Amino acid sequence: MSTAGQKIDEVEAAVERLVSQSLADLRADFPALDQQVNGHPLAYLDNAATTHKPRQVIEAVANYYERDNSNVHRGVHELSQRATLAFEAAREKVRAFINAASKDEIVFTRGTTEAINLVANAWGGEGVAAGDEILITELEHHSNIVPWQMLAQRSGAVVKVAPINDAGELELEALADLLSPRTRMVALNYVSNTLGSINPVAEVVRLAHDAGALVLVDAAQATPHLAVDVQELGCDFLAFSGHKVYGPTGIGALFGRAELLEAMPPWQGGGDMIEQVSFSGSSYAHPPARFEAGTPNVAGVVGLGAAIDYLECAGIERVATHEHELLNYAEGRLREIPGLRIVGTAAEKTGAHSFVVEGVHPHDIGTVLDSFGVAIRAGHHCTQPLMERLGLVATARASFALYSNHDDVDRLIDALLKLTELFGDG
Amino acid sequence: MDDLRQLYQETILDHGRRPRNFGAMDDATHQADGYNPLCGDKVHLYLKVNDGVVEELKFEGQGCAISTSSASLMTEALKGRSVDEARDLFAQVHAMLTGKQLDDMAAELGKLAVFEGVKQYPLRVKCATLAWHTLENALAGGGEVAKTE
Repeated sequence: MSTAGQKIDEVEAAVERLVSQSLADLRADFPALDQQVNGHPLAYLDNAATTHKPRQVIEAVANYYERDNSNVHRGVHELSQRATLAFEAAREKVRAFINAASKDEIVFTRGTTEAINLVANAWGGEGVAAGDEILITELEHHSNIVPWQMLAQRSGAVVKVAPINDAGELELEALADLLSPRTRMVALNYVSNTLGSINPVAEVVRLAHDAGALVLVDAAQATPHLAVDVQELGCDFLAFSGHKVYGPTGIGALFGRAELLEAMPPWQGGGDMIEQVSFSGSSYAHPPARFEAGTPNVAGVVGLGAAIDYLECAGIERVATHEHELLNYAEGRLREIPGLRIVGTAAEKTGAHSFVVEGVHPHDIGTVLDSFGVAIRAGHHCTQPLMERLGLVATARASFALYSNHDDVDRLIDALLKLTELFGDG
Repeated sequence: MDDLRQLYQETILDHGRRPRNFGAMDDATHQADGYNPLCGDKVHLYLKVNDGVVEELKFEGQGCAISTSSASLMTEALKGRSVDEARDLFAQVHAMLTGKQLDDMAAELGKLAVFEGVKQYPLRVKCATLAWHTLENALAGGGEVAKTE
């Protein structure tokens, strides 16, 4: 066993190495990127679906299971204390990552989807009446549509939809017109998973608050690419997923303003979320414990903490600059492909390009690219209403991460040229 | 590229680009919708069945090269066959796509053999079977519109 002093030296050395390395060198931290797929080196461009994990995250999860594995918030033995400390330390990392005022405003969930469902159920369970309005946008992922439709079904509330323009940008004026005294919640994504459009969240928050509505931000596609600051945004709730920021699957977080969480009833009942239980009734713990019934995904939380450490060492600003340059490079190169059209041309974009190729269905694009080791997403991207708005059935989408590079883009372009050769008029 | 040409045979690309029997049918006796919620592929199949014989088939819809060409080739293969023969042919196609032993006594696959390469791509098998499942629903549902989900 190393001493605490040695451990700190090791950690400092690791941080120093990460900070001093160029982003290009960080690629070597991701074991899954180093493999052959269908006889070609993998070019992984499906990062909006999920990112690969650096060795540091994989080791943090393995170390947790190898040494500290225990239940949290109970038990006085050494392992339980270690697990609890690691669990709560990760909560503090999440707080700092999105700049919440207090770590009691951070609730661990399975991911963005569960976080939104939590709000739609716990917040939505009280005081949302028939005729009240929930305002979403045409850009939303199914996970930010369906929970509100379910709430509407239960309560008689109405879901309204703010439109976008043909470039895939939110129409702010139209959104403002749709706000009414009955609007209780505005729920929108920060970055569109399908088009990469960045929404003007701070402005939406101002408009919504002026109208007396709360704002929930789906930040699943923002946290990997942008510095997210909930206090600067002024939002009331914000959700993100660990696996899209280099962390494990099955873990994510919900930020909720302290007074809102405090006023919300529990969503699920069980251990850890109570103050006292008797057969005549139970009283509930304060947030965040109130919303974390049952044994949590401790290993996932530890992995998420390690992922946030990793991303912060890499430098989110540096990552953003790199990815922006890559997005521009990819745009220029995609335009070289005959018959290809980029779908989503918002002035502010990050992380992804959706595209269609004339005469070739996106699924065929996906299969052909895969045969050259190029992994992209093809389909409706869990945004069927957006596809309908755009008059499309599906798109192909190439999405980027901090380890993506020009070579990945060049491989995409080469494979697309093969595609046009194969599908060219015969 | 050779593996790809094994999957995307010339016949498949041709029928994907220029599907045969594509369009609506006013006097259909049987019809059904096929829908794959995972990828969004849609097919609407029209049949004219007379005295146990499939006299006419047409389809509409949107999908990838595999699902479109599969629907197109299916309509060609089934015209003039009995309902029983149509079901037998589906069993043969299904066996081919899932890598099972073909029944030597059953219907000849003919042109439909071009889909054999699909079995190497398990995620794409559902593209090739969508039209066939829709056929089954159309035949089972009589004049009703059936859903495949």
